[in-house]
Amino acid sequence: MANKALTTFTNGFLKENPTIVLVLGMCPTLATTTSAVNGMSMGLATTFVLLCSNIVISLLKNLIPDKVRIPAFIVVIATFVTIVQLCMQAYLPALYESLGLFIPLIVVNCIVLGRAEAFAAKNPVGLSALDGLGMGLGFTCSLTVLGMIREILGTGKVFSFTLFPDDFGALVFVLAPGAFIALAYMMALAGKLTKK
Amino acid sequence: MVYFLIFVSAIFVNNVVLSQFLGICPFLGVSKKIDTALGMGAAVTFVLVLATIITYLLQMLLDKFGLGFLQTIVFILVIAALVQMIEIILKKISPSLYQALGVFLPLITTNCCILGVAILVANSTYSLPEGASYGLWTGTWFAFCTAIGFALALVLFAGLREQIELSDTPKAMKGTPIALLTAGLLAMAFMGFSGVV
Repeated sequence: MANKALTTFTNGFLKENPTIVLVLGMCPTLATTTSAVNGMSMGLATTFVLLCSNIVISLLKNLIPDKVRIPAFIVVIATFVTIVQLCMQAYLPALYESLGLFIPLIVVNCIVLGRAEAFAAKNPVGLSALDGLGMGLGFTCSLTVLGMIREILGTGKVFSFTLFPDDFGALVFVLAPGAFIALAYMMALAGKLTKK
Repeated sequence: MVYFLIFVSAIFVNNVVLSQFLGICPFLGVSKKIDTALGMGAAVTFVLVLATIITYLLQMLLDKFGLGFLQTIVFILVIAALVQMIEIILKKISPSLYQALGVFLPLITTNCCILGVAILVANSTYSLPEGASYGLWTGTWFAFCTAIGFALALVLFAGLREQIELSDTPKAMKGTPIALLTAGLLAMAFMGFSGVV
């Protein structure tokens, strides 16, 4: 039992990492990783929604009729996203401004609905919670790493800590093309390392 | 004149996929062949325009009752219902079109593009060229042009990917990494349009 719990939890970090292996949730990955802090906050917000929605859906899985499964899941997820939205707007306004449109878009993040459908609807609460937490934290890790790469290459800073002088940075990495390019190399590197 | 400026800015300058990062999942998933890309583009255009109109009107209703915080929940339910309804109607009215759009219709519910643009238009936070005012018609036109921009990016990308399939890529880069790299270069090309409007 403990073994299965551990496997479920660590699944989301490497073996089924949402960003690198499953290629899900690309929109927030590319858009919010302009800096390490933004990437990490987005990841943590998504983790919260994943954890809570997985728990609730797993608790309700026997009560929801099969035909209205997807809309029911969407309502649960949207509720938690609204909670995150309102909390961030109240307590973390600067972060709310910089993440902007992508906080409500957590609702259509394929990871959240995907895990609800694939895992929480078929597994007990404990395992679903661990799965949500693992996937969310795996997502947060990849977002933070990508954010760090883009921030260092783009501005020479990381977490607002100046590592290199200002004119080191190649601005393209903070802008749109850089997101695609940085993620491409990150995935290629991860693929190469795991194949060995 | 303003409508022409919105047309240019939504399609080229602020392309929804390549500079605003909305709709990446179908962009990467559906763009392996040009036909499927065109199909997805058509489906998204259809759903996006309808969804924008309905959600804009709903937002006016929500604001009137002070229920603005329900925006996310209401919008996504409306979009899910709309997609379901369109599927049923299309199946009855035009089975050939339904067959052509096929599996893309249900996928559109989780397309960030639809919810994203709906929220942008409802909150009037999209960028308009000078002299334009926010409203239902500019919003709907903006949504239509955004969808065309999405279709354009998708078709261009599909064309590029079809060519990449035939060339010799390093093993680690095969599949998604080289696709992302190509998308990055395409995004760089589209950056050349900034400042046009």
